[in-house]
Parts: sequence; C-alpha cells; structure tokens
Amino acid sequence: MAAQSHKKNNHPGKLGFSFRRRLHERVIESLLFMAALLSVAIMLAIITMLVKESYVFFQHVSLWEFLTDTQWTPLFDDAHYGIMPLVAGTVVSSMVALLVALPLGTIIAIYLSEFAPFAVREIAKPFLEMLGGVPTVVYGYFALLFVTPLLQIIFPELPGFSLLSAGLVMGIMIIPYVSSMTEDAMRAVPMHLREGSYAMGATRFQTAIRVVMPAAFSGIAAAYILGISRAVGETMVVAIAAGMQPNLTLNPMEPAATITAYIVQVSLGDLPHGSIGYQTIFAAGLTLLLITLVFNIIGHMLRKRYREIY
Amino acid sequence: MKDINNLDEIRKIIGRHKRWDLMFMIAGIIALMIAVLTFIALFAQMVIDGMPRLTWSFFTSFPSRHPEMAGILSAWVGTTLVMLVTAASAVPLGIASGVYLEEYAPKNWFTEIIEINVTNLAGVPSIIYGLLALGLFVYQLSLGQSILAAGLALALLILPVVIVATREAIRSIPVTIREGAYALGATKWQTVSDHLLPYSAAGILTGVIIGLARAIGETAPIITIGALTFIAFLPPSPVAEEFPYVSFEWLSAPFTVMPIQMFNWVSRPEEAFQLNAAAAGLVLVVMTLAMNGLAIYLRYRMRKNIKW
Repeated sequence: MAAQSHKKNNHPGKLGFSFRRRLHERVIESLLFMAALLSVAIMLAIITMLVKESYVFFQHVSLWEFLTDTQWTPLFDDAHYGIMPLVAGTVVSSMVALLVALPLGTIIAIYLSEFAPFAVREIAKPFLEMLGGVPTVVYGYFALLFVTPLLQIIFPELPGFSLLSAGLVMGIMIIPYVSSMTEDAMRAVPMHLREGSYAMGATRFQTAIRVVMPAAFSGIAAAYILGISRAVGETMVVAIAAGMQPNLTLNPMEPAATITAYIVQVSLGDLPHGSIGYQTIFAAGLTLLLITLVFNIIGHMLRKRYREIY
Repeated sequence: MKDINNLDEIRKIIGRHKRWDLMFMIAGIIALMIAVLTFIALFAQMVIDGMPRLTWSFFTSFPSRHPEMAGILSAWVGTTLVMLVTAASAVPLGIASGVYLEEYAPKNWFTEIIEINVTNLAGVPSIIYGLLALGLFVYQLSLGQSILAAGLALALLILPVVIVATREAIRSIPVTIREGAYALGATKWQTVSDHLLPYSAAGILTGVIIGLARAIGETAPIITIGALTFIAFLPPSPVAEEFPYVSFEWLSAPFTVMPIQMFNWVSRPEEAFQLNAAAAGLVLVVMTLAMNGLAIYLRYRMRKNIKW
C-alpha cells in the first residue's frame, strides 16, 4: 500500500541533491531486489543440481529399473538400483509418525484453542515450541537408547533398529508443528460462529467438532500436509534408530533404510566425486524433493484458501 | 428424531453431552501430558547418562579413541565458527529480501513467485540443502569440506526463517509511521533504515535467534557435505600476529560440529561412547533451549511493551 501512495516523493528538480538522492534510492532498491531474487536462485540451483546429477545417473540406469527393481544395492558388485525399498522405508516410518502426530497434535490444538484456560495456554505454547526446537540428532539418540529398550519390554522380538521406534519418536517431534498450525487455523475462525453455536445450547466439544473444525478445514489440512512433508524429509532420527539397511518391507517392526538415511549412509563413506554411487544420492534426493514439493504445493494452496475466507 | 418433550429425556441428553465435553477435556490434557512426559524423559535420560561426563576437561579435550578422555573442544569451536559464517550471510540477506518483499515489491506475478518460493524453500528437507551444498559449494566452487561451505549451507537453510520474521515484524508497524516519515520528506530508504528497521529490530532478532538455534542442531546437511567426524585439532586462529592482524584461513579449514560429534558417538557400539553422546546432547539441548527460550521471552516482552 505504502509503495503506491508515495511514489511521487522522488520528484526531480526542486532540491539540489535530488539526482544523487534518486540514484542512491535506485541502487539500494536494486540491491534489495537482488537479495529477494536469491531465494528463487536457490530453488533453481537445488533443482538444477539434482536434475543434472540424476540425469547422468539415469543414463546408466533406466527409469523403469529405478521404479520397479525390488533391491537397492548400488554399492555392491551385483548392483541393483530399485528405489522401492527406500520409498517403502520412508512410507512406513512416516505412517507411524503421522499416526502419532496427527491425532495427538489435533487433540492438543483443539484443547488449547477451545478448552484450555488462559494460563495453561500461556505455558503450554512456549513449551511445545521448545519441544519443536530440540535438535533431531538428540531425538535420534532418544529413540535408539530410550524408546527402543522400552518397546523391547513390550515386544521382546523387536530388533535394536526398527522403523517403529524411529517413527514413534518422529511423531512426538512433529506434534508441535501440527498442533501450532492447527491451533492458528482454529483461532482464525471468527468468534461469532462459536457464539452462535453456544447460543443454540451446544457444548464446547460439539462447537469444536461441528463448527470450528469444519470452518478451519483447509488450515487444518495444510497443517497435516506440512506434517507429512516433515516426516518424509526427516533424516537423523531414522538414520540413527531405524538402521541403514535397505529392506523392502511394510512391517514397522523391522529395520529398514529410508531415502534420507541412505543419503546419510553414503555421505559417511568416502565416495569419489562423479562415481555412480555419488550420483545415486542425487537421484534419491530428487525423488525426495519431488515428494515433498507436491505436498508443500498442496499445503500452500489450502492455506491460501482459508486465508481468503476470513 | 427422538421424542424430547419429556424433561428427564432432555436432562439425560444434556448430561451425556456434558460427559463428552469432560472426556474430551481429559483427552486434551492427556495428549499434552504425553508431549510433556516425553520431553522430561528425554531430558532425564541425558542428564542421568551425561551429567557425570560433564567435567571441565570434557570441554577442553579433543575427541579420542578412549571414551573417558574424549571431549568436545573441536566440536564447540567448530559450531561457533560455522554459526559465525551462517549468521554473517543469512542475516543481511534475509533482512534485505524481507524488506524488499514487504516495502518495495510491486504486486505482480513475479513477486507472487518469489513469495511462493520462500514458502517452498522453508519446506524443503534439510538434507536436500546438504546435497546442494555438496554439489555447488564443495565441488563446483571448490570450497572443499570447509567451515565456509558448511556455514553457507546452513545459511541457505535458515534464510526463509529470517525472511518471514523480518516481514512479519515490518508488517506490524502501522502505516502512520511511514506516512509521518514521508511527510517530512524522507525517501523510502531513509524511512526503512531510520524507522522501520529500528522498530522491527526486536522481532527480527527473535527470528534470527530461532533460525540459528535450528542451524546449531542441524546434522544432516553437514554430514552430506562430507564433514569429517574425527577432528583432533583446531582451525587456524582468526587473529594473526602480523599485519593485518586478522586471518581468514579458518574459513577453509576442516572442522566438526556438536551434532556431528554426537552422531558419531551415538553410532559407536561401546556404551562408554554413548555416555559421551549423552553429555554432548545435553550441552546441545541446553544451548538450543536457551536460544529458543530467549526468543520466546523477547517476543513476550515485545507483545507487552509495544502499543502503537
């Protein structure tokens, strides 16, 4: 707004130093513009880099083999390049995480936005924010050395590395993201909708479930989708607690590598630049980026919609 | 529809709905408690395992093959230097693009693209930034596996955080401030640098602290650029003996950082190393919690004090 109404300020002429002044302004504006352009450049650089290295990779390996082979052993003599085992690991660990994060995050959000007294909210919100700030490598440590032994008491046959314990901890880790965005969406619902509901004699629970949640639907959906994209891209928890062996399984009780864990595993080794092993991590990264980008774009569109309504 | 003319029937329905209300409230408290208890368990586990290792020599020793002699000297020095690079590059760039998007950008499709792009960058998994840094910084710009490459990788990662914080802080300044400055003949940049930036400094600072707290704990991108995990030496000192008294050799030095050191210890099978991991994790968590706490406190103060 301010941009349009004050354009005329830079009138030339009247003041002696006006030319220098205008030049100065133009230079600064271009510098700021270049900084803003940098974000586009970063995105382009990411895509170019991943596509360029993957392109070389796909000259060795056909896309069909990449998508259908059931083994991922690019560093063995008998090399197979099927991304499916890694995708399966990612899907299973993300599912476990989301089964924890989405229900708990939603319940916490509803509680904080509709039920909790002011004091509880004032304490709980910063606390959840802190929980979201704990480094992921620490969560990985926690999954491996606290949650896995705990789960082994319940399921004695659970191996030392498992998708289950990594997924559970990842779920707890994602709760703050889901709950804070869901709560924001619910609080954006105008008060008079709630008042109308209460006036009809509805309880807080009925109001929350039947009035506030439908009204905040697209915001809540956006929160879920960002939660999903975080679970898919999470690296350290799975790399530490789920093991690094590619394993085509849908059983959360088994160890398996995810796409991200594979990239970590290769990076820990000493792969020469330009080798096929080096290119596999870019192909894996491209797969990961495409998955998260799709979710992010859907989430962005949903969020825009709910902003427009209120 | 049921017949609800009967008063008892109505009472029963109300009672049932109130029970549901109460049950959900209890469910909410339980869900919150699960989050709280997990955090307490995580913290307690690290305190119990790591506290005995947290001696002065733990901070002043290099990593070692002998777990009881190993320390985090190279790790915390590395973290500090990497954070310097990250802050020095992400903060000016992030503030500049935030200012541009909020104050200068015309409303057109190109601005829209930049905005969508910033949102998308915030959602890109951190390990992808690691791959970008590996391909671009380490190999194409031949920075090697250095402090500079790692610092820049993390700077890209937290850039969206700084941009968003800057925009929100500037947006909350009422338009009357701008109009007052323009009425006195200030140019756009004078308005921005003399009024908008100083008034939004606290908000921007909050975002910068949250971003840096995230960068301190990031492990994946640094592993991806191939940082070594066993570093038993310090990078060259930034202060030189001779003229010009500052040296930038440390920028190209190999390094390790706290989360990498912790990851390295966690993945060892010996239990003694895992105690070291707990101690390093404790230091890391206390650092990030302190930074997040500071940011939350700053925001709280701001909300209380600023009334336009």
